[in-house]
Amino acid sequence: MRVMVNGEEYVTEKHTITQLLDEMGIVPGRVAVEVSLKVIKRADYDNFSLRDGDVIEIVKFVGGGQLSVSDSE
Amino acid sequence: MEDTLTIKGIEFRSRLWIGTGKYKDFEETRRVIEASGADVVTVAVRRVNITDRKSENLLDHIEPEKYKILPNTAGCYTVEDALRYSRLAREAGVSDMVKLEVIGDEKTLFPDTMGLLMATEILAKEGFIVFPYTNDDPIMAKRLENAGAAAVMPLGAPIGSGLGIRNPYNIKIILEGAKVPVIVDAGVGTASDATFAMELGCDAVLMNTAIAGARDPLAMAEAMRHAVIAGRLAYKAGRIPKKLYATASSPLGGML
Repeated sequence: MRVMVNGEEYVTEKHTITQLLDEMGIVPGRVAVEVSLKVIKRADYDNFSLRDGDVIEIVKFVGGGQLSVSDSE
Repeated sequence: MEDTLTIKGIEFRSRLWIGTGKYKDFEETRRVIEASGADVVTVAVRRVNITDRKSENLLDHIEPEKYKILPNTAGCYTVEDALRYSRLAREAGVSDMVKLEVIGDEKTLFPDTMGLLMATEILAKEGFIVFPYTNDDPIMAKRLENAGAAAVMPLGAPIGSGLGIRNPYNIKIILEGAKVPVIVDAGVGTASDATFAMELGCDAVLMNTAIAGARDPLAMAEAMRHAVIAGRLAYKAGRIPKKLYATASSPLGGML
């Protein structure tokens, strides 16, 4: 199925967030995930079903003060 | 001598809170935080880089076990965005605290206080510990407090301006009326600005650019640590009143 991940098209056969993060090599501990504008609780990563066309956002913390954001990467 | 700041049951050992933006790398960020003695560090919420997924995480360098991570909603111009970022931050799992910013205008980065008040009320009801970045407006500070803010964070001057505390009288009025802690957020340029804020009676000071933008951020972090401690002590010690004429401090008795 085709989904959007952080603004980019992404093709996957994974159907849960746990599987998707694993496929992408992202450690689930320090990120948050939103699917089509709904924030997903970490406890639901295993059972929330992803669907074709979902818009997924995966975020983390970066250096930031007051609007002065630097990604330091 | 214990002088701990406690907000909603959370104990803060330092009254200097710092932002983590604008540093050249994680190592510098870590060393600055250490030199500042801060135990609260603000962070922003941004997309994971999906083309370079192995990239390091800030939290690998600023251990959440050692510091209190305060996610902000920097860059949010609407209530909806501020709520969205706050909820994501909470789910990223470090705490229920959020430094709430609803920005009104790109040029001044002044808060949109109407939006801020709405967002504060909603998030406080959802159980967030809300730290709203607001104007130096005593009425708005009161309204934020009534809406459930855990503390109010009036600006001293525009973000990154380094102009210091532009309206100490308003900050004093805010302090007089507030039943929640008052933390000056934004505007500090150098150590004396931070001391001044603390001498007014503020509970803490939050800064980023003053340290990150200094020629030697590490030295400035240390200066700020001393500045905040000095200001706090002076406030508690109680300064002498200002007078127009001299008062001799040596005894007059026993003179030849």
